[in-house]
Amino acid sequence: MDLNIIWFILIAVLIIGYAILDGFDFGVGILHLFAKNENEKRIGINAIAPVWDGNEVWLLTAGGALFAAFPIVYASVFSGFYIAIMLLLVALIFRAVSMEFRGKVESESWRKTWDVAFGIGSTLPPVLFGVAIGNIIRGIPLNANHDFTGTFLSLLNPYAVLVGVLSLVLFTMHGAIYLTMKTEEEHKTRMINIIPTLWIAFVTIYFVVTLYSIFESKFLFDGILSNPIFWITFPVMIATIIFIPVFVKSGKFGRAFLCSSITIAAMVTLMAIGLFPNFVPSLNDNLAQSLTIYNASSSQRTLETMLYIALLGMPLVIGYTSFIYRIFKGKVVLNEDSY
Amino acid sequence: MDAVILARLQFAMTIGFHFFFPPITIGLAWLLVIVETIGWRKKNEIYVKIGKFFGKILALTFAVGVATGIVMEFQFGTNWAEYSKFVGDIFGAPLAAEGVFAFFLESGFLGLYLFGRDKVSKGVHWFSGLMVALGSTMSAFWILVANSWQQTPAGFVLRNGRAELTSFYDAVFNESMLIRFFHTIDAAIISGAFIMAGVAAYFLLRKQHIEFSKAAMKVAVIVGIISSLLELFPFGHEHAKQVAQTQPEKFAAIEGLYNEEDGSPMVLFALPFDNPPELKGVIEIPGILGYMVFGDPDAKFLTLAEVPKEDRPPLWLTFVSFHNMVILGMYFIGIMLLAGYLIKKDKLWDNKLVLKAFVWSMPLPLIACQLGWITAEVGRQPWIVYKMLRTSDAISVTVSAGEILFSIILFGLIYLMLGSLYIFLFRNKLKHGPEPIEVKGEVA
Repeated sequence: MDLNIIWFILIAVLIIGYAILDGFDFGVGILHLFAKNENEKRIGINAIAPVWDGNEVWLLTAGGALFAAFPIVYASVFSGFYIAIMLLLVALIFRAVSMEFRGKVESESWRKTWDVAFGIGSTLPPVLFGVAIGNIIRGIPLNANHDFTGTFLSLLNPYAVLVGVLSLVLFTMHGAIYLTMKTEEEHKTRMINIIPTLWIAFVTIYFVVTLYSIFESKFLFDGILSNPIFWITFPVMIATIIFIPVFVKSGKFGRAFLCSSITIAAMVTLMAIGLFPNFVPSLNDNLAQSLTIYNASSSQRTLETMLYIALLGMPLVIGYTSFIYRIFKGKVVLNEDSY
Repeated sequence: MDAVILARLQFAMTIGFHFFFPPITIGLAWLLVIVETIGWRKKNEIYVKIGKFFGKILALTFAVGVATGIVMEFQFGTNWAEYSKFVGDIFGAPLAAEGVFAFFLESGFLGLYLFGRDKVSKGVHWFSGLMVALGSTMSAFWILVANSWQQTPAGFVLRNGRAELTSFYDAVFNESMLIRFFHTIDAAIISGAFIMAGVAAYFLLRKQHIEFSKAAMKVAVIVGIISSLLELFPFGHEHAKQVAQTQPEKFAAIEGLYNEEDGSPMVLFALPFDNPPELKGVIEIPGILGYMVFGDPDAKFLTLAEVPKEDRPPLWLTFVSFHNMVILGMYFIGIMLLAGYLIKKDKLWDNKLVLKAFVWSMPLPLIACQLGWITAEVGRQPWIVYKMLRTSDAISVTVSAGEILFSIILFGLIYLMLGSLYIFLFRNKLKHGPEPIEVKGEVA
């Protein structure tokens, strides 16, 4: 296994970490739009308040790692998806400040404004991430210089938009499952009750997207049946998807959350093995213009140095992050420090 | 308008606005470490209260800093794609390291520090505050590694049309890195000290929370005296020396050296002009500059006249930013020493003039930070990587001027709103004071 492959895997791991962790933050934010009363809203916000920011760091680190390990991908995709990324940044800005601002002024309209900002700021990113992933699976128009030649509107093709919807539903469900562990009584009951609906929507859309992908993506499925990782990941994913409603029904919410987390990880893994060794396939017939893990990477020395940074830093990060999560385990109790 | 100018304007706006917040966060975080240490070890409730109150200000500042900071990580790729391709082999690593070694630490433990006071032991809580300070400082370290590499690139070779890493150590510890790190961190500590002092002065003027404010003022003034003196010497002095030695064009613009002169004077006052670069109405002391930088009053400096026109940094903006930063730096030393003296004589607490000056001085270190940053960045022009890549060759070729203009307007409006809200909520916090807010609504 060479350094390029290792870094392809590590970027996938960072994306998985981000999707699982900030994914439930987004879900909580989306559900915030449908909260019944002030107490439910505060419980929701305070369920993620101590951790959301650390979760978002997975995105920053994935961005930095992409820049360091595959600068051509970073440059081409980010400049190509210019307007989409600007919208993503605006959404993330509003999500971040609305939690902090919301409780600071004693006024109904003030709070309502930030409720909406928090809700939309949490809804837009999963959709945009889904659309971006849809486009990458499908391939994007690249010229010989690896520059993006499409437009913002061309990114909003039906396939990519459907992947955006899939992502939205998935993270809403993930957030609802997270909230079952954090809420009590009526609030909790309502979260439990919406999970089956979200689950059915997710499974249906995922099925449609998979069929759609066969027509849209030229090579996503090439050789996948002979890939051993596929034969581990795929059955695990099917099992965890099935067990989500089972565990929710039997009241084992921690396990249900674990299942939805593994589902997310498996979905990203399947996409990664489908793309490999491409990073961003070219939509033109000329696949040579695709960005691969070899033609878009940094030098071997940089990849090696970065590997040391990752091996030194990430175990530490995972260690103290788990420690902090353990402290905030259990139901949300509001006190003077709460938002 | 031309896409290069727009892209530069956008970068200046997004980074300038963002850079108001990290100095407060870093500075306050270290002040809070001191305060929490006293509160915990001496079991002093006043200091615990100071910790809680400034912790809230830290949280507010941090939220806006984080929100505007994400933009930084993305816009090298969105707006500066050619730059990203050229430097990715080197520049990406410090950004990734910042995530791994700094952001995770800072944000993970900030959650614990803010929301976990009652959930963990006092020692663990104190530790979480220390980790926030350490994390934010490490973040400054890595971002200054990246920026210093643009100023004084090292540890690389030009190959395959880009800068490729040859030594990570050399790239990290490039010639300007360490001194710029100390200079910037100390500026952040000064910023934190002035925020704490300003808040305390505000309460003292209103005759509120007296004991609280006196304690906070003492901590802020002690830290303020030490940090503002250190900023002049050695950090400011050594940084200027480094610039003179490694980036003579920038130094010429900073000091207004525009034609061959005798005896390298230090300019105390002048009106600078561009096109052609010159100073008018100059008041100067001959020989000082050469003595300070090279220990030789007759030392020769590079002047702008000797630099080819297309390689000259702009004189006006660099000169004005630098000199106003220095003036502010002198003011910080002055007012902090005065306050120290008045505290010793027990005369500060009802000295309305000095207290008012402290309230209005709260934003000044932040302005000094901005001016320093402008000096550093504008003085490096026309290069984005000194003598390696021109700024005009670094922008994204696929992004149109219209798209950039759209995002400038979008972010301009958002930042205007965020800035106003920050000031509004900060004032609200001051009006309310350090007493805990009663929990409203039903408690679950």
